[in-house]
Parts: sequence; structure tokens; C-alpha cells
Amino acid sequence: MSDHSSHGSGLAHQFDDLDQQLDATTLGMWLFLAQEIMFFGGLFAAYTIYRNWHPEAFAEASHHLDIKLGGFNTVVLIFSSLTMALGVRAAQMGKNKAVFNYLFATFMLGNVFLVVKAFEYHHKWVEGLIPGPWFRFEGSTDPAVQMFFNLYFAMTGMHALHMIIGGGLLIYFMVQARKNRYHEGYYGPVEIMGLYWHFVDIVWIFLFPLLYLLGLHNS
Amino acid sequence: MSGHVTSKKIYFAVFGALMILTAITVGVATLDLGQLNTVVALAVAGCKATVVIWYFMEVRHARPLTKLTVVGGILWLVIMLILLFTDYISRDWMAGPQAW
Amino acid sequence: MNAALAPPPSAPTPSETPTHYLNASYGFRSWLLTLDHKRIALLYLASITLFFFIGGFYAVLVRLELVTPAGDLMSAENYNTAFTLHGVVMIFFFLIPSIPAVLGNFLIPIMIGARDLAFPKLNLLSWYIYMVGGMVAAYALFTGGVDTGWTLYAPYSSTYSNSNVTATAIAAFITGFSSILTGLNFVVTIHKMRAPGLTWFRLPLFVWAHYATSVIQVLGTPVLAITLVLLILERSFGFGFFDPARGGDPVLFQHLFWFYSHPAVYIMILPSMGVISELVTCFSRKKVFGYGFIAMSSVAIAVLGFLVWGHHMFVSGQSVYAGMVFSILSFMVGIPSAIKVFNWTATMYKGSISYSTPMIYAFGFIGLFTIGGLTGLFLANLGLDIHLHDTYFVVAHFHYIMVGGAVMGYLGGIHYWWPKMTGRLYPEGWARFSALVLFVGFNLTFFPQFLLGYMGMPRRYHAYPEEFQVLNVMSSAGASILGVGYLIPMIYLFWSMRYGRLAPENPWGAKGLEWTTPSPPTTFNFDETPVVTEEAYEYVKEEKH
Repeated sequence: MSDHSSHGSGLAHQFDDLDQQLDATTLGMWLFLAQEIMFFGGLFAAYTIYRNWHPEAFAEASHHLDIKLGGFNTVVLIFSSLTMALGVRAAQMGKNKAVFNYLFATFMLGNVFLVVKAFEYHHKWVEGLIPGPWFRFEGSTDPAVQMFFNLYFAMTGMHALHMIIGGGLLIYFMVQARKNRYHEGYYGPVEIMGLYWHFVDIVWIFLFPLLYLLGLHNS
Repeated sequence: MSGHVTSKKIYFAVFGALMILTAITVGVATLDLGQLNTVVALAVAGCKATVVIWYFMEVRHARPLTKLTVVGGILWLVIMLILLFTDYISRDWMAGPQAW
Repeated sequence: MNAALAPPPSAPTPSETPTHYLNASYGFRSWLLTLDHKRIALLYLASITLFFFIGGFYAVLVRLELVTPAGDLMSAENYNTAFTLHGVVMIFFFLIPSIPAVLGNFLIPIMIGARDLAFPKLNLLSWYIYMVGGMVAAYALFTGGVDTGWTLYAPYSSTYSNSNVTATAIAAFITGFSSILTGLNFVVTIHKMRAPGLTWFRLPLFVWAHYATSVIQVLGTPVLAITLVLLILERSFGFGFFDPARGGDPVLFQHLFWFYSHPAVYIMILPSMGVISELVTCFSRKKVFGYGFIAMSSVAIAVLGFLVWGHHMFVSGQSVYAGMVFSILSFMVGIPSAIKVFNWTATMYKGSISYSTPMIYAFGFIGLFTIGGLTGLFLANLGLDIHLHDTYFVVAHFHYIMVGGAVMGYLGGIHYWWPKMTGRLYPEGWARFSALVLFVGFNLTFFPQFLLGYMGMPRRYHAYPEEFQVLNVMSSAGASILGVGYLIPMIYLFWSMRYGRLAPENPWGAKGLEWTTPSPPTTFNFDETPVVTEEAYEYVKEEKH
């Protein structure tokens, strides 16, 4: 846009120096994450209220989730957070090749998570556990079991959507790393990408026990 | 630049801690603790989230303003939940037929 | 001051016209791909004006229908659609973006001595998101509209309504993200981009008000977003979040909806209060009274605004104990609001007041907001609300806040900064006249509605008993005056863009960094970063004899 934008490397025209730019982008990302907390917060609020209303139905419905797959995905996602953190670290040191490799690992782990999730969804489809007119549930006749699946699909679906967006962003950052964009003074974009990815991980950290593990003890 | 480069060891240690906490949360879920099951599950998840925020997201090296933003975001969620629960907890306190 | 009598501007030859943000480049691309916060502000100005007139059109339909007691102009269904679209368009597409996206976008970087907002691309993206949302809304509107009321309450919206609820919800969802990103941009800008010497307590109160607003936008809007997602899932995909037959609770929809939508009222009114703080000090030629109190009351309103949403739900089946909590908290919002009104009044005390158009709007705001605020306390009262709930009293109350407050502040601000935005002065005589027309028209429209509501006329019906007709005719007559009051500024502001007198740098003799830049400013606002050495509003009182 302007002739200001090209001086320095990666400094946008509206900022005085890279420090100010890094500060601003970091704050911006954290504000975005605060926004995300409230977004998922609405779901968690609904979950809490309905589970307190229908504890038995929720526990029984929860048995239809596959703990092994959920647990596997938890490990995958935490591992992807590790590779993401290492990717940011590599960017801080200006090692673009390592940035690429770590981001690629993160991207692949994210895909593994999504593929497993897709299998889980498919399984629910086959079992008839998709809420709506075709919902079938063997066992409890309490209609509130459906509420559990409402929430399960809304929560994991919103989470998966965030993963997909994160995957798209990772591709962009991999390309940038290939172009050797990052150096000791300019790594902010990778850092805020990391913040987003870790946030998505944290959401799953709460979803896993709340959705998969509740009622495990009386199964 | 002010960025703090954390050693790889710390990241690996954090990963290990998260794995252990995941194992704990699954293990505890198999025991019947009544109401405490949920409390423990949320406490462990809270610990994991804190660890991720503090180390992976490097809030420990962040500016006070960033820390304030993190706390603010969580605080707002708590505000929402508390005020919501004022309704849901007290809805059937009034004995007899509901006024409306 | 009267520009109508002024000689026509001598058309400056291109060589002597200084370069500014408007003539820096030409063509569609230079506007649609601009990263300049000032141009983006004008893009918003054009688009929200369009939506204002769409929303206004539906208001006309509503008022026409209510001239006669019988439901003769429209069927009940069409009437439902008319008032719903009036609400949806005015709230999501006019009031919420109005002052922040136009005046805030234009002024915040200049007021804090920055070259631009922190994230110019994000700023442009916000406008595009807003426009996409607007187009989805237009789609909903042209394919039959929506009849649920702007509140989209479940289960009517989720199950029973046959209108375009899904498209409307998607439109509001999308536009919400534009609002979030604008707020995020402002918060970061105000934190990180202030000029040297511009400490927090030297900031113009306009900036403080926008800071508070932005916090609400960032923390409130996502809750509406997820609520709308749940509504869409329920309506279009057969999920049942709010369906009692599957263990759901329709009241939860209201909770989540109002968690955003009550603070949203403060998104509308807080920026307006910021404008009024600027106007009152400038045209009283006095340092603002109680700077710290006004600044902090903005923050207090933003925080308290999140704690009161349940007062919309006193008769919804919410627990009465929760109702008591929400009622008490609602009364507390009156405190910071009153602090502002008292401080503005005290600022005017012994000031040398000039009755320029922006100041007339400021007077209008203070009076009308006071009425709107005080009637809000009636409605926050648990017992009285049973009588007044869902009557025209509520309609009158929130129009006093949103039109009498937010829109008056918006128009006052548009007039005040018009010379800065366009480099031209508007005709003062016409402007004063239209401000008075607006004030009279507004009161004639909405004051009768307080009486109607108190007498028991419910809102959202297209027919009413005959004894309410006199007051309804008054209201509709007032609405037509109000419409004229909106059209006059439209005409002369357009006119002034070409024919208005050229504006000097500081036509009002006002304080503030924006008045140290040329009118209109250059693309990067300042040739060199200004250094601020004085407090805000260091007006030296003119010697009066």
C-alpha cells in the first residue's frame, strides 16, 4: 500500500518499530482468544446446565463415545502443541527450515486428529446417534440423551472447525518459512499462530473429560 | 528483541507433565467418587490448561497487559456462568405452584 | 458562521490543492482496497446510511399501520415482518456499527497521534465482513423477511416460524465478527499506538468511551455468535438445544441472547456519550468537569452492563431470586450514567456556551438520554415491570436511549467532525433547523408511546383498541416530522461535500490532536509524530463582558 511498508523486514507502515508491532499483534491475538473463550463459553454454559438437569441421561449417553479414540486424539493434539511450541522456538532463532518441519509435523498431527474425529462421527452416523428426527438410542428412554449428542456434536464440531481453520493457516506459515521470512527480529506471526493452536488444544483438554470420561466409572 | 527463547528441555518436560495429567484424568474417571468425579476432572483439565497457557503460550514471559487479558477473558466466562447459575440454582426454591 | 450566505468557494486549481486522504488517489480500487482508516470510515458511513434508510422504511410501514386501530394496511404476518426487519436492520446494521465504525474509525488514530489503526487490513476486512452480513440480511429481506422480532426467541424462531430465520441469524452472526474485529483493533490501537506524552488520563473522553465499547464488542459478541449457531443447528439440522421435549430450556436461549444483547445497548450508547463529552467541552469553552469520573464511568458502564441482562427476562420463567439479583444490579448502572450527565451539566456551568449545531444535538442527547435512562429504572423494578413488560412503554424507553441517545450523538458527532472528514463546512442555518425538527419530531413520536404503554398497549400487534388511537396518530405524525428531520441533513451534507465552504484546520477552536491536522487530513494523518504536552481539553475561557 505505501512506501513506508518496505523498510525494515516485515515492519508494517503504521508501526514505529518491530517491538511495537510484536506487542500489538500479540495483544491482538490474546484479545481474539478472549473472544474465543466466550464463544466456547456459551457451549460450556449450556453443557453445564443441561448436565446438571439430566445427570443420568448424560452419563448413559456418554458411554456411546469411544474413549480409546478420544484418548488417542488427546495425545495427538497435545503432541501437536509440543511441535507447535518448538516451531515458534525455531522461528525465534531464525531457523526457517526447522520452522517448516515443525509446522509440517503440527499440520500432520492436526490431520490425524481430524481423520480420527471423522471416523468417530461416521460411527455415530451408523449407530443413529445424530440428533434430529432419525435419532435412535437403545437403552434409556429419557429424551435428554439426545441433548448430550446435541452438545457433543456442537462442541466437537466447533472445535474441529477451529482445527480446520488452524490447518489452513499452518499451510500459509509453512510457505512463509520456505521463503525464509522469519528471523530473530521478526517471528511474531508464527508466535500468534502458536497461540491459536494452543488455545484449540486447551478447548479439547476440557472437552475430553467432559464428554468422554463422564460416567466411565459406572459403565 | 524481547522474545525469550525457552530451552527445548522445558517444552519436553511440559509435554511429559501433560501426558501424566491425561493419564491421571482417565485413571480417576474409572473410580466412583460421586460428585467429586467432575470436580477432579475439571481440576485436572484446569491444571493442564494452566500449564499450556503458562509454558507453551509463554505467558510467563508476557507483559502484564497480556496476563491481564488472559485473566479478563476467563473472568468474563466466570461472570457469565455465575449469573446464569443464579437462575438455574434458584428456580425451584419457591415452594408451591410457580407464579409464572 | 452561516455558510449559506458565504460566497461560493473559489475552485482551487489542482496545483494549489494540498494532497489529502481524499485526493491522494482515485478510482474504485483505491477505495475498495484502501487500508486508510479514514477511507474505511467513509465506506462504513455510506453503507450504514443505506441500512438506516432500509430500517427507516420499515419504521414507516409500522407507523402507517398504527394510524388506525384496525389492522387494515398489513396482515398480522406482514406487520410482524415489518417490525422485525426494522429492529434487525437498525440494531445490527446501523446502530452497532454507527459511531464506532464511522467516527471511531476516522478519529481514534488521529486523536491518539497515530498513522493508522494497529491492523489496517483487519479494519478493511471488518468492512467486508459487514457487507457480506448485510447482503445475507438483504437476501433474508427480499425472500420474505423474518417475523420473530429482532430477539429471535426460541422456540418460535427454532421451530414454528415459517420465515427466513436462518438467513437472518447467519447475517447477524457474520456482522458480529465485523464488530468483534473492530473492537479488537481499537483496543490494541489505544494500548499500543498512542503518541509520546499521551498518557491514559490525557486521552480524549471519546477514546475512553470507545475503549469501553470495544471491550464489550470483544467479550459480548461471541456469545451471541454461538447462540445463533445453536439456533441454526436447531432450526436447520434438527438438533434440539432449546427444545423442552429433549431436555432443553427455551429460557437458556434468552439468557445467552441477552448476555450479548443487553451489553449491545451500551455498544450503541457509550460511543455516543464519548461524542457528547467532546461536544460539551468544546462548545462550553471549558475544561471538562470531572475527567476521571467520566472516563471511569465509561468503563464502569461496560463492566456493569454485563451483569444486568436478566432484567429482560423478569416474566420469562427465570427464577424470581435471579430476578432480584438482576434488578439490583440494573439499578447500579444508573450510577455511572448519572455521573456522566451531572458532569456534562457541571461542565456547562459558567461556560461560554455557543449554540452551534453539534451543541444543540448535545443538549438534545442529555435531555432525551435522561428520560430514557430514568424510565429504564422503572423497567428494572421487578414489580412495575410486570405491568410494563412488552408494552409500548418499553418501546418508548429504548427509543429514547437508542434514537434520542445514540442517534442524536451520532448526528452531533457527524456535524462536529464533518469539516475534518470532508474539508467542507455544512450550512449552519439548515443544520440548526433540522436539529430542532428532529428534537420535536422525536418527542412527538415517542413520548405518546410512554403513555400508551402505561395504559397497557402491548407492543408487536398490528391492531389496537380504539381508545389508543389519538396517541398513536400523534406518534405517527411525529414520525413523519422525524423523517423530515433525517432527510434535511442528508441533503445539505451531500450538498456541502461539493459546495460547502472550505473548512479551516480548526473551525471550532477546539482542542485535540485531530484539530491540529489539515482538513481533510493527509493519508498518514501527521507529517511527524506529535508530542503531547498538555492535559485534554485545556480550554482557556474566553473573556466575556
